Amino acid sequence: MERLEFRFAARPTNRPTADHVVAGVVSSGNLEVLLEPGAPGSGATAVVETSARGFGPIWEAVLRDFFERHPLGDVTVSINDAGATPAVVGLRLDQAAVAFAGDPR
Amino acid sequence: MDGGGLQPRVWDRLARDKRERLAAASGIADGKVVPAERATALLEAVLRPGDRLCIEGNNQKHADFLASALAAVDPARVHDLHIVQSNIALAPHLDVFERGIARRLDFCYSGPQGLRMARLVTEGRIELGAIHTYLELYSRYFMDLPPRVALVAAESADAAGNLYTGPNTEDTPPIVEAAAFKDGLVIAQVNHLVDRVPRVDVPADWVSFVVPAPKPHYIEPIFTRDPAQISEVQILMAMTVIKGIYEPYQVTRLNHGIGFDTAAIELILPTFAAELGLKGRICRYMSVNPCPTLIPAIESGFVETIHCAGSELGMEDYVAARSDVFFIGPDGTMRSNRAFCQMAGHYADLFIGSTLQIDLQGNSSTATRSRIAGFGGAPNFGSDSRGRRHASPGWLAAGRQDLSRTGGAPRGRKLVVQLVETFREHMEPTFVERLDAWDLMESFNLDLPPVMIYGEDLTHVVTEEGIANLLLCRTLEEREQAIRGVAGYTPVGLARDRRMVENLRDRGAILRAEDLGIDKRDARRDLLAARSIKDLVRWSGGLYRPPARFRNW
Repeated sequence: MERLEFRFAARPTNRPTADHVVAGVVSSGNLEVLLEPGAPGSGATAVVETSARGFGPIWEAVLRDFFERHPLGDVTVSINDAGATPAVVGLRLDQAAVAFAGDPR
Repeated sequence: MDGGGLQPRVWDRLARDKRERLAAASGIADGKVVPAERATALLEAVLRPGDRLCIEGNNQKHADFLASALAAVDPARVHDLHIVQSNIALAPHLDVFERGIARRLDFCYSGPQGLRMARLVTEGRIELGAIHTYLELYSRYFMDLPPRVALVAAESADAAGNLYTGPNTEDTPPIVEAAAFKDGLVIAQVNHLVDRVPRVDVPADWVSFVVPAPKPHYIEPIFTRDPAQISEVQILMAMTVIKGIYEPYQVTRLNHGIGFDTAAIELILPTFAAELGLKGRICRYMSVNPCPTLIPAIESGFVETIHCAGSELGMEDYVAARSDVFFIGPDGTMRSNRAFCQMAGHYADLFIGSTLQIDLQGNSSTATRSRIAGFGGAPNFGSDSRGRRHASPGWLAAGRQDLSRTGGAPRGRKLVVQLVETFREHMEPTFVERLDAWDLMESFNLDLPPVMIYGEDLTHVVTEEGIANLLLCRTLEEREQAIRGVAGYTPVGLARDRRMVENLRDRGAILRAEDLGIDKRDARRDLLAARSIKDLVRWSGGLYRPPARFRNW
């Protein structure tokens, strides 16, 4: 296992956010994503537990784009990857972000 | 001129030669019927060194018994054969090269035997002619490559030699026609000898010998995709295709590839597409095998007509019970025909399929460095049919959009779509700067890199990141950036010019899910009309009988 941590500048949100949001099914062989509000001023941070080594730069790019797409303020993203491709990661993150920002549909 | 030396020219050498060969086998056959244990003796009697030979072997049906019988002939008697057949799939297909029975090869596709074939080419045991598409090789059967002897597979035969090829007719018609009408020999292995065949697929006087095989011919269920394995990313891409391509171009006539990506499209027609009100407006006529994942779309009235290249194990009863949809004979069973299905797909409005690699020009290939895989049918399905003259809304719209055209008479364009995730298994990028096909060309001394679909024929690339509409690219540079713009986090995607990509997006040459009004939260497995093989059986009212390996209940 490899543990990767990334920190980006927070992009302020004017929306109230949820307590926490989980996307994906734990221990289903599927990627699991947890979004939680961060401490004020903590920025947008991400912690990735991954089984595949050597993909740090790709994770960084995926997460930078994610925080750019979704202004979520100070937020912590935790990811348990089950060898997922960036496609799955991106989809899960987008699904979680919409729910986190309380989009009522 | 030396008038005295002129011999009267003989114009029926082939017919005379055929009579000699038939006479040589007279002690082996009882009428036309040859017992299985004498199959090798028959082949030794009728084959001559250097003969062009076709062993019927395609995606599914294989003349496997005759292939083994051929691999057992004495190479001192039969050697230097030129094999002209669509698929190299079974071990005996290559054993004949290993043993020196055959030397030259013209073929279309070699799935599982690709590695071994590569070795035999390297060792000089196979002289590789060319890798063809199906239609291309069948065409050459009627020009420069008619088989002298064709070994085919049929379901049943009568004593006179009439053949019933049944749902898996597949490649038999062009092979038999080319051999029989060029004074070649047609030898059929059959599963059953019967008093009366259910229908005559091949008339007796085209057939030289019939060999009842000890076991039914091998058929591979290669078109069955278990819906349980379809991912949410594939569902997202399927939604993107329906909303971003099928709906705006009003695609009614099309061909689907056979992977999980297109299975996902089939399985959300009765849900996602129906909710968009697209029933009766898209996906009405298809040229495709009877993939079980089509059952819900057929049952809900989405897909109205399907012509099949082959059949699929377990689908026989279902297909037979839906004669308004499939092409069914007077006997009540389907007749597939790969040549006609390829032709139908060639003139359809759209082809969509997957590939292993796409380069910056949009060329795609399934070739990898160590494996000679071949193409199958994709190059004909996946090319603009420039002989087409009839119009349809999507064909006209694609022609109008095509910014690469400069002047000339107005014409339409076929929609050719590649549907791929940016990374395949084991984080192998689908998008590459240089196709492995170039290495393959060098390693095996091919005249051309084995490109499956040429960039100039490709109109759209769809990934989890969205759609690149190549018709709207004005320059090669724009085309390259449009491809990079949907290539995700592959090295090719990361090297995009972000500003150019945003400009292309503003112009609609790149479309993201949000541009199409797709909510990614809807990309869930709930959207699949069937989520398991068992669901498919239920949709079919119990008519679909999946092979044991797909049953887990």
